[in-house]
This record gives sequence, C-alpha cells and structure tokens, in this order.
Amino acid sequence: MAKRIDVSGLTAYYGSHKAIEDISMTVEPRSVTAFIGPSGCGKSTFLRTLNRMHEVTPGGRVEGKVLLDDEDLYGNGIDPVAVRRTIGMVFQRPNPFPTMSIFDNVAAGLKLNGNYKKSELGDIVERSLKGANLWNEVKDRLNKPGSGLSGGQQQRLCIARAIAVEPQVLLMDEPCSALDPISTLAIEDLIGELKERFTIVIVTHNMQQAARVSDRTAFFNLSAVGQPGRLIEIDDTERIFSNPSVQATEDYISGRFG
Amino acid sequence: MSNAPVTRKHASTLRGGSLPKWSPWAIAAGSLAVGAGVSLAAGLDSKVQWGLIAAILFVLGTYVIAARVEGRRQAKDRVATSMVWVCFIVAVVPLVSLIWETVERGVKVFDAYFLSHSMGVVADAETGGGIYHAIIGTLEQVGIASLIAVPIGVLTAIYLVEYGRGKLAKAVTFFVDVMTGIPSIVAGLFVLSFWILILDMGYSGFAGAMALSILMMPVVVRSTEEMLKLVPNELREASLALGVPKWRTILKVVLPTSIGGITTGVMLAVARITGETAPVLLLVWGTGFINNNPFDGPQASLPLYIYQQYAAGTPASVDRAWAAALALILFVMILNMGARAIARWKAPKAGR
Ligand SMILES: Nc1ncnc2c1ncn2[C@@H]1O[C@H](COP(=O)(O)OP(=O)(O)OP(=O)(O)O)[C@@H](O)[C@H]1O
Ligand SMILES: [Mg+2]
Repeated sequence: MAKRIDVSGLTAYYGSHKAIEDISMTVEPRSVTAFIGPSGCGKSTFLRTLNRMHEVTPGGRVEGKVLLDDEDLYGNGIDPVAVRRTIGMVFQRPNPFPTMSIFDNVAAGLKLNGNYKKSELGDIVERSLKGANLWNEVKDRLNKPGSGLSGGQQQRLCIARAIAVEPQVLLMDEPCSALDPISTLAIEDLIGELKERFTIVIVTHNMQQAARVSDRTAFFNLSAVGQPGRLIEIDDTERIFSNPSVQATEDYISGRFG
Repeated sequence: MSNAPVTRKHASTLRGGSLPKWSPWAIAAGSLAVGAGVSLAAGLDSKVQWGLIAAILFVLGTYVIAARVEGRRQAKDRVATSMVWVCFIVAVVPLVSLIWETVERGVKVFDAYFLSHSMGVVADAETGGGIYHAIIGTLEQVGIASLIAVPIGVLTAIYLVEYGRGKLAKAVTFFVDVMTGIPSIVAGLFVLSFWILILDMGYSGFAGAMALSILMMPVVVRSTEEMLKLVPNELREASLALGVPKWRTILKVVLPTSIGGITTGVMLAVARITGETAPVLLLVWGTGFINNNPFDGPQASLPLYIYQQYAAGTPASVDRAWAAALALILFVMILNMGARAIARWKAPKAGR
C-alpha cells in the first residue's frame, strides 16, 4: 500500500546551520520522484527529514510539516521508530552489517524487531534478494558474511534489506553511485517494478537516470555557498527535461551551471 | 628520434648505487664488534654502556655508509629504519630479561605440589608449601572485582558514546579521567576507611575486590568507549532506518560489532588489577591458609604472597616468591591469549 507525502514549509538545521529552507512539495503514491541538484544543496538532508532520520544526527532539528496520508510525521505522539518502519531508506554508501551473514543482513529488519515467523523468513529473504537482483549471485553462500561482497553487490544487499520489511515508501540516496552500468540498469528496472507497490523517492546526480526512472523530478539549488538549499521547482519529469519553467533548472540540466 | 635521449636520461636518474640486502646486518655486526672493542679498551665493564655505544655506532655507521653509496635521501631513510630497530631492541631487552630471570629463578620450586598446596604452617625458612591459597584468593578477588567493574564500566561507556550529550556526559568523562589517576593505595585506603573502619566489617577478599573494581572501572570505560567509537555511524543509521529502536540497535548491532575489542580491553583491565598488591595488603590482609570464602576472613593473593615471601628473606621463601611470580606472569599471559582468541573469533569477518 503506497502512501502520499505532503511536505509544507520544511526547514532543517544542523545545530545553528540552516541546511534547507522552506521546502513544500507533494510526492505522489505509486510513482518515482527524483531529486536533482548540485552537491551540498541539501538533497540528502531533505530525504532524511522524510523518515525522521535527520534528528539522529547530533544537533539535527526540523521545522515544518510532513504529512503521510494526512498524518503529520512531526506531530505530537508520533513514534519515529514506527515512521522508519513505514518509510524505508537506502543510503549513499552501502552499509551491510559486518557481523551478519548475507541471509541475516536481509532478514535484519525483521529479526532485530523480533516480529517474524521462522517459517516465512526463508521465503522473504529469497523474495527480497530476487527483488534486488542479487539472488543468483549469492544463493550458494547465504551464510557467508555480507561484507565479503563487492561494493555493488553490497548496495543491492542493502536494497534487499530495505524492501524485506515491506515499507510503504522507499527513500534512495544515490543508490547507484557505486554501481557499474549493468547493476545500475538492474536497479533501475527494480525501481520500475517497485513503484507498483511503493512510493519511491530517489536522489541522483545522473540526469539520464532521473529522466529514465522518474515520473516527477524536483530540482534543488542554493543561492550561494553557506546558504540553505531550496526547492526550485518540481514538475513532471518530461516537462523538467524539455521545458522547465525556471531558467536555473534548464542551465543545470544542460550543464551550463555555475 | 626524440625518444632515445629521454630514455637515457630516465635511466640515469632512476638508477643509483644501492647497498646489498645484507648490509644492515653487516653494519650491525660491525658496530657490535667495534662497540665491544672500544669498551674493552676503555675499560668499561657495564654491558649497558657496551650496548649504547654499539647502538650509536650502528645508527651513525648506517648513515655514513648509505650516504656514500646511495645518497643522502636514502641514507636518511635507512637511519630512520635503524632507529626504529634500535628502539625496538631497547624496549625488548628488559622485557626478555625480566621473563628470563623470572623463569630461571621460578622453575626451582614450580611444580604440581607448589600449585596444589597452601603455606599452612610452613615456616619462612622451611622448604615446601605452595600457592594454592593465593591462586584461590586471586581468582576470587579478581573475579568479584570484574563482576562489579565490567557491567558498570561497559554501561557507562555505552551511555557516554550512544546517549551522552551535554553536562552530565562531560561530568562523567571528567570523573572517569580522575579515577584513572587514582593510585592503588588510595583506592585501598578509601575502602579501608569506609568498609572496615566506618562500617566495621572485617578484612576479606570482598573488601579487596571493591578496591580493585575502583581501579578497574575507568580502564574498562576508556577501552570500551574507544571500541564503541570505532563502530561506523552508518551501521547505527542502517539499523535505525529499518525501524529498529535505539536500544535494540545498540544491543544487536553496535555491541556485536565491537565485542572483540571490548573483550580485549576488559581482559587487559583484568590483567592490570591481577598484579595489584597495595589494596590487597590493606584489605585482604593475607594468610597462609586456604580460605575459599571471599566474604569472610583474610585471604591470600599472588602479588601479596610474592611480597610476603620476598620480605621474609630466607632462601626457601625467596625461591617461593620467584615461583609465585612465574605463576602470576603465566596467569596474566593466559588471560591475554584468551582475550586475543576471543577477539579474533568474534571480530567481524571479511572474505567470502
Ligand atoms: N552531519 C552534518 N553536520 C553538519 N552539516 C551537515 C551535515 N551533513 C550535511 N551538512 C551540511 O548540510 C548541507 C546539505 O548537505 P547534504 O548532504 O544534504 O547535501 P547533498 O545535496 O546530499 O549533497 P551530495 O549531492 O554531495 O550528496 C551541506 O551544506 C552540508 O555541509
Ligand atoms: Mg547526498
């Protein structure tokens, strides 16, 4: 069951440093939304505010609203742990648990939370690994440590780990930045399949990738170094790439930036 | 062709004179011989002086010879290497001679009888007797001290690394620092005045264990803290992002990742307090008899036994002191190897 996200007036700080300012947007359910923008403009920060991971950073603070189907994630009495179970995340750098086997890595979300049936675990792990396009490479060594995989395999392992808990929204922070073109393609296909079930948000520096996988694209920018990042515009991907309404977007996309 | 001169030039700058592989050994042997000769001629009879002269000759000789054959940059490189070797040897010589001395003197009376009997009524000047009672005492006191200090120390470290922000964490860190510097005799006096003089409890292994745990706690906190800090933040975030609560993340992800290092740190702390004499002297009092109950009456312990036997000064008791010292070193060594084994066995495994 995919859910819609409505963000309004969101500002995030690291201590006294304002990293992003006054961002409002809607992320449609069962679609892929891509975030693009120059390095340091706050894409990762914004992504992490969507599942309350931002506050994990010491000094991390958020103002504004994030509505998940009409429920404010930053409202009173909302449990961040429950939010993160509903909204999964894949990080920029692959981070499998070094003490766990490949199998346990995928099962980690279920096992660490303790709510699973032993009999189902094998099926879920196989389904998730197949979903992340890794099954064929690891099916003979599920009991070996996950840190023994290549970087790209580790990233797919992390994707498998994230989808194993069946979140309703999946946030991906440059999931392909460490991958070869074939794995990248595999992940893009995977994203295409996953959007049938999940709402997906993906950060990418690769314009072609944004154009290929996403339905809507959001462009972020900052006016100067040290200034907070802002949302410049969000629109259908086709429109952003053919005929954006803001000049800065066109400059960025066509490489005439800075 | 423009290639040829370039190639020739490269060859001339890249290739230089070089000393053969065996040259450091030759220089070392030479400087040892010269050092010995000079010392003999000058009538120096301290072997330490001989060694120092040889070491200086070795470093100087390396520089001069390498500078002539290989040039100044390589010479500096070789001097740095030879200094490292000299420092290594300076560090190792006392260690080896200490172990050598202990083994040599200790084996005289070190046998199964010695390990399995107490002193009982054996007089200082008599031969016989053993350290069974002291081993029991050391095991119990160190065991109890660890039972107190390890949980508190590890939990404190978890608090400092995972939760501690602001004033309280700063204060705790400060007190841990202060505790690290407490001399063992002061820890002993503290427990003495509090437990024995104010609460009027008697001398016992437990009283000694309390003082030992005071000494052990800061070491455990510090080493555990360092190990927890080594756990990459990404792992914590990965776990949190899966919707795992923080306490479970610490229990299931952070601790398993660092358990090897934590165990090593704890074992080193145990090894450190095993050799403590002062608090045991004050609080456990010492006895020649076997006392299995750490909560009642004086006990013995290995360091205390060594001290008492050596202080008695008769040939038989000095032999016993050395044998007990050997037993103590073996005890600590076994602990250390156990810690290493655990650390290796528990360490995150790479590879396929
Ligand atoms: N842990 C942190 N503490 C303090 N400031 C941070 C932290 N992480 C990021 N920032 C700051 O927040 C701003 C936005 O960073 P963010 O990582 O969100 O950028 P980004 O758009 O994801 O960049 P990239 O494309 O390089 O990943 C930057 O100015 C950065 O310096
Ligand atoms: Mg980023």
